[in-house]
Order: sequence, then C-alpha cells, then structure tokens
Amino acid sequence: MNLFLPDSGLVVWMLLAFSIVFIVLAKFGWPIILQSLNNREQYITDSLQKADEAVKALAGLEQKGKDIIASAQAEQLRMVKETQAISEKMIQEAKLQAQTEADKIIASAQEQIRKDKEKALQDIRKEVVSLSIGMAEKVLRKELDNPKSQSDYIERLLNDNSLS
Amino acid sequence: MNKLRYILSTLFLLFAAGLPVMAQDASDGTEEETNAAMESGTATEGVDAVGLIFGHIGDAYEYHITEIGGHPVSVPLPVIVHSPERGWFCFSSAKIAHGSTYNGFFISQEEKYNGKVVERNAQGELVRPFDLSITKNVFALLLSSALLLIIFLSMAHAYKKNPMGVPSKGRSMLEAVILYLDADIIRPALGKKSVRFAPYLLTVFFFILLNNLMGLVPVFPLGANLTGNISVTLVLALFTYIITNVFGTKTYWKDIFWPEVPVFLKTPVFPLMQIIEFISTLTKPIALMIRLFANIFAGHMIILVLISLIFIFTAVFQSAAVGGGTAVLSVLFSVFMYCLELLVAFIQAYVFTMLSAIFIGLAQAEHEEGHEKAAPVIAENNQQS
Repeated sequence: MNLFLPDSGLVVWMLLAFSIVFIVLAKFGWPIILQSLNNREQYITDSLQKADEAVKALAGLEQKGKDIIASAQAEQLRMVKETQAISEKMIQEAKLQAQTEADKIIASAQEQIRKDKEKALQDIRKEVVSLSIGMAEKVLRKELDNPKSQSDYIERLLNDNSLS
Repeated sequence: MNKLRYILSTLFLLFAAGLPVMAQDASDGTEEETNAAMESGTATEGVDAVGLIFGHIGDAYEYHITEIGGHPVSVPLPVIVHSPERGWFCFSSAKIAHGSTYNGFFISQEEKYNGKVVERNAQGELVRPFDLSITKNVFALLLSSALLLIIFLSMAHAYKKNPMGVPSKGRSMLEAVILYLDADIIRPALGKKSVRFAPYLLTVFFFILLNNLMGLVPVFPLGANLTGNISVTLVLALFTYIITNVFGTKTYWKDIFWPEVPVFLKTPVFPLMQIIEFISTLTKPIALMIRLFANIFAGHMIILVLISLIFIFTAVFQSAAVGGGTAVLSVLFSVFMYCLELLVAFIQAYVFTMLSAIFIGLAQAEHEEGHEKAAPVIAENNQQS
C-alpha cells in the first residue's frame, strides 16, 4: 500500500524544512533560550541562597541585639549594685571617720580638761601655798616681835636642818 | 522515582506497540462492514468509507474542506512536477481536480500510482514525474516549520532583550517543557555533552509535538496527518541515525566492528558479530520511524472510523434512529479517542526524543570496558540527575 511507502516529494520537502528549522533554531534559538534559562536558574538559586543567608544573618543580628540588651541590663544591674556597695562603703567609711574624729576630739577634750584641771589644781595649790605662807608670815611676825623668840626659832631651825 | 519512570515509559511503549494492532483490528472490521455496506447500498447512496478515511489520512494535492450540495469545497495547492521528457511544470491543483488533465498531467485513478500525479510518456506508459508539489502534508509541514521558527525565535529574542524579565503565560509553559526535557531526558542521557545535542532533541520534540497537535485539529489549515506519514518519520529517524553515527566515539565504533567477544565470532571469515551490531544500529532508527508513524496513523484512523460508522450504519439500515444512536455512541467514543490522542501526541514526542537522546548518548560512550558497560553509563547519568 502506498501509505507505507515514503513519498519522494514529501521526503525532499521534509528534509529541507526540517533542516532549515533545525539549523536556524540550533543557531539562533536554543542556545540563547537554554543559556538564559540556565542563567535565570542560577540567578534564582543564588538569590534564594542570599535570601537564606540574609535571614540567617538577621536572626544572628537579632540574637546579637538581644545579647547586647541582656548584657547591658546585666551591666546596669551590676553598676547599680556596685554603686550601692560604694555608697554603703562610703557611708561606712564616713561613719568610721566621724567616729574616730569624734573619738579624737573627745580624747583631746578630755586631755584639755585634764590639763586644765591640773593647772587649776596647781593654781589652787599655789594660792594655798601663798596664803599659808602669808598667814605663816603674819603668824611669825606676831610671834617674833621680841628678839628672844627670834633667836629661839633660828636655833630650832638650825637644829632641824642639822638633824635632817 | 527513576525506577517508576522507567516502568511508566516501558508501559507506554508496550501500549504504543499495542495501538497499531488495535487499529489494524478496527480497520479490518470496518473495511468488511464498509464493503458490505457498499455492496448492499449500491442501489441507494453508497458511503465510500475507505476512500473517505484514507483520503483524510493520506496525502492530497488539494486541501479538501467539505462538500456542499455535491460540490467539493477545497483549497487548491500548487503542483510542482518535473517530467523527465518535458521539464518543470508548476500549476494549481484545481486544474487537475475531478479527473481533468492539464498539460498531460492527471491524477491516476488506476491501481498503479493511485491518487498521484502521473503522465504518459512517449510509449504511452503511465509514468510518475518527479513530484515536488506543495501537497496537503507539505503545506502543513511548511506551516508548522514557520510556526516553530516564529515561536522559538521570538522566545529567543525576548530573552535577548530582557534576560531576567517575567515570561508571559505561553512562554512559561514552553519554559517548563524545555526545562523538563533538558533536566529529565537530555542531561541524564548525554551528561556533559548535552549542550551539543540539546538543540536537535528539542527541535525534534517540538516538531513532533506541534505536528501531532496540529493534526488533531480537523479545521483548515490544520488537520494534516503529517507525523502519521512514513516519509516524515523516515526523515526524522534518518536525522537521529546520522547524528548518532556521525558523532559516535571511537569506543562506539570499536564496539561495532571489534566487540569484546570470542575471536571466532568476529573473524573476517565469518563476521557474525559485526553483522549483528551493524544491523542493530539500523533497527533503532527504524523502530523510531515505525513507532511514531503507526501511533499517529492509528489514532487518526480510529477517530475517522468511528465517525464513518455513523454514515455506514445510516446507509446500511436506512434508518435515522439507528444513525442517530450510532452518532451519539460514535461521538462519545471519538471524544474519548481524542483525549487519548492528546495524550499520545505528547507521549510519542517524548518517546521519540527520549530514545533519540539515549541512542545518541550510547554512541557517546567514552569507557573502554566494552558494550556491556555502555548501558550502566546511562543508568549512572540518570542517577546523577
């Protein structure tokens, strides 16, 4: 049957048409299309990878920010505590200093008081002495009005001195 | 996943091999019925179903559209013939339609050269001039070639102009197909050499697919049974054969002319292996040619037979009721067949491309291990993808 036999005319046209289509597309069609598809695939892959990296980086940054805030808070807490400690210490020190100062002042005051007391005692003593001496003078002057009693007294004094 | 694909493609191949047989049965059956119809209906209005079916499946010098009131409505196409005695002639097919003769050329009604343009030579014998006519098939071929060029050159142009632009819907659809072919057929079969052979395989795929689909649309200027014509599939298989062998590697040729078998099987005295291997290079493209031809041919045939049944039954039983019932059934079956043919259009384009890729890939074997190792190379490539 002629349906199963190739027809020379159609074979020639087919050879011609298919060759032209093949050559033209192989030269101006497919390489560009395949290259572009590959390029775009590459571009999309790269972009996705970049996006992935960006997301990861963002997550990292977020973590970093959280870390920074946490560390800042910790620092703040630490500083507050430190300040409290310092102020407490300062108060303590001030108290201590005040105490010592007060102690010192009290001590010096006591010393002064002691010295003053001593001086006063001394003065009183001197006064008492001068008073006694004056009184004794007056007593002696009265007793030694006559020359006899004067010479008795001197003698007694001399005896006292030689005996001592 | 790969295994599943192999199983599926094997099933499709088996199915594809089964289709022509089915078609054969179907056509045998109807031919008998048709004959019966014609015998019984000669007195009334005979339905020439065989003529109708083969008229649609085969080639023609004019584009027959319909018949209105007994007058055929058709688009004439140019007839280009070269008579060995008188030289070149070019005229409209309308001049030789309905048995008329023009410049000594007429369409043969006899058994010899039936339906072809013939002339009588000086001895009065029927001879066939060298026929380069733009027949229905050639017209469809030129149309589809032009369409292919327009579609893909404009696509390439769009890429050149705006490489990263958002593709239109049609272009995205084609892109998906191209990427699928490239990633699932061409690269696994050819590996690093895919860039070299991808243009051929893609051209073949889209050529077959476009013509399969164009052949399914029964409206002028489509509907020619181009991929169901053996001349066309012959040329396509020839391209695969030439590319396979011209670009074959040294290993490939060594496997054909000095395969690794016991020496007595390949001695010059009795070159059994060489003969077998050489025949095997021929059978591959021949199988390609027949598979595509038979599948598309059978699909067109089944649909036409189903449609013809309406007229045959009407003619045989002389009853509008029978005709109407047959019409309903026939149309339902035709719709089913059309869906199947749509599937077959894709499968056959896919199978032709895949097998071409595998044949070319086998001829690209670089390993020195021998013929048995060539198949695992493909398998390895497949696994890589």
